[in-house]
Amino acid sequence: MSGNGHSEHPESAVRFGMVIDLDKCTGCGACTVACQQENNIAFRPDESNKLRTISWMTLYRLENGQDYPDHRVAYLPRPCMHCDSGHDAPCTFVCPVNATKRDETTGFVNHIPVRCIGCRYCMVACPYHARSFNWWDPKWPETMEAMLNPEVSPRMRGVVEKCTFCHHRYYRARDAARAAGEDPDTVLYTPACAEACPTGAIVFGNLKDPHSEVAELSKDSRAFRLLAKLHTEPKVIYLSRHAWVHKQSDNGL
Amino acid sequence: MDKALIPDGLKRCPFPIFALWLLALLAVIGWGVYAGLTVLLKGLNVTGLNNYFGFGLYITVDLAIIALGAGAFFSGFMYYGISRFFPQLKELGKIINLAVIIGFCCYTGALLVLLLEIGQPLRGWFGYWHANVHSMLTEVIFCITCYAIVLVIEFTPIILENRKLDQVKPLHVFGHSLHELMALFALTGTFLSFFHQGSLGGVPGVMFGRPFAYRTGFFIWPWTFFLFTLSAMASGPAFTALVCRLIEKATRKRLVDHNVYLMIAKIQGGLLLAYLIFKGMDTLYWALDTAPSFGQKLTDFYRAPYGMWLLFAELGICGVIPAVILLTPKARENNHLLFLAFFLDCVGIGINRFVMTVQAIAIPVMPFDEWAVYVPTWAEWAPCVAMLCYGAVIVSLSYRYLPVFPQEKELNR
Ligand code: SF4
Repeated sequence: MSGNGHSEHPESAVRFGMVIDLDKCTGCGACTVACQQENNIAFRPDESNKLRTISWMTLYRLENGQDYPDHRVAYLPRPCMHCDSGHDAPCTFVCPVNATKRDETTGFVNHIPVRCIGCRYCMVACPYHARSFNWWDPKWPETMEAMLNPEVSPRMRGVVEKCTFCHHRYYRARDAARAAGEDPDTVLYTPACAEACPTGAIVFGNLKDPHSEVAELSKDSRAFRLLAKLHTEPKVIYLSRHAWVHKQSDNGL
Repeated sequence: MDKALIPDGLKRCPFPIFALWLLALLAVIGWGVYAGLTVLLKGLNVTGLNNYFGFGLYITVDLAIIALGAGAFFSGFMYYGISRFFPQLKELGKIINLAVIIGFCCYTGALLVLLLEIGQPLRGWFGYWHANVHSMLTEVIFCITCYAIVLVIEFTPIILENRKLDQVKPLHVFGHSLHELMALFALTGTFLSFFHQGSLGGVPGVMFGRPFAYRTGFFIWPWTFFLFTLSAMASGPAFTALVCRLIEKATRKRLVDHNVYLMIAKIQGGLLLAYLIFKGMDTLYWALDTAPSFGQKLTDFYRAPYGMWLLFAELGICGVIPAVILLTPKARENNHLLFLAFFLDCVGIGINRFVMTVQAIAIPVMPFDEWAVYVPTWAEWAPCVAMLCYGAVIVSLSYRYLPVFPQEKELNR
């Protein structure tokens, strides 16, 4: 059985995080499609209203504001930042019904759709727009219903949802480790977006393990976080060698 | 039957006219109920809300109406609480019934609209069951419910004073006993109201990811906590006075002494001035310290249609002007200016609640994100307008059948 591990390992040395290399990202959108498929994200027949779409991984287009030939473009995939600030994430701090909580063992900012009352306070509090609301009943074309991922429950109308770092994959990996007689606390896994990225721009792992690739990359000289000045302490770290990209990460940085 | 219910010795308009008035109000309420049912059945996709604007008209109207309903708690506090030290405040007894009735309408109305606001209304009770003690909204949910109950208790003896009901002995005794206990309830209400008005201010103030709304503060309370309470105190009684004046105009009768209005004017003027001073200090500190520490400047937050004009309208036109009028003896003696000041005061608080909810989230925090504009749909307007009409129905029925104004007989001899 999958557990959240909270009561089992309160002193865990795990802090899952993600590094996204914007110099490698081509903006192909594979991560967003993989995320959509993996997490049973519903969609509308007409998705043109981007303010009502559900997107756990949004791809932003950044521009340097210069004219040709100095014009430059970069793409920034934005999952939930799984904020790690000491006094909790902006969203978990405000939810009146504890429907969204940070798992202090893994660092996942979890969301429990069946407890969510849909007050949207967490959406309002999140500066990254990482949460989407289910404005309609979820629907998939009939042929797609058969392809839904059985490990991720579809969400109902009237609740909020967001990226979970594909934590169902983590629990699956823990179960497999237990079955194989291994220590479930040391398992690693890969979320769907990282797996799908053709350029290897997304690296995922344990930020607390100094030898992990993700921890090493997070100390790269190109590393930066989105809106560092807000002190939400995101566990998603970006890499870019371009100053103009860094500049857009934080107002007036 | 209608005549038998009207308080002894008071004159009311003919029943058919009253019935027509009620019918008109009920028609609007019907429209609101239809909109509400549409929201409940179809979901919030019928509103103008979206992933940027999680909060919109419902929340703005709720916050504004709850602030304006603060006349109940603050008048109660002055009348039952501190009038023993300042006997002149006893004058407020002449309008206290109306303040309670308005408070009742505002709170119960706000609760009804809040039911539409949440995406899963059937789970509304989770707020009590799975309460997150760190969330300002939890405090709001608990305090508003408790305070609504207190208002029901405060309203009950007024209802029991109806001529027919009062003839029933047990009801008379019950109502009378409640009256005796009213000071206790009024002070409980004051305590509850103080906290939830503050928590409503805490809702934006604690959002440390939203530089426009976020405020530093005292211990766990952001400055908006105290500012919301103070602003509610500075506008609630003004709203009561305004409604009282409206009833006077509609019925062509005098219902309270002019002195009562003048006393409210003085109190509101003083509080509004205090509020403006603190609000000004808060705005300056936020603009010069908090926002820049997040890498943003004042002008980043004000763009069309939510431009600087909102700040001037809120603090200048609807803040400084009414404060000056209310604090200048000559000006407040002039009836037109007096009620204009009350009106501006109430509008200013409404703008403040709008700014702290809607404008606060229109602003993109990420530099590459987009500035958004929110336009409410009919499904949001209708329940809000219906809520006002619901209040009008309660006030109309109360005025017609209950002795709301103790001075009415003597002033209209
Ligand atoms: S929308 Fe759901 S998760 Fe978000 S704050 Fe409200 S109840 Fe909590």
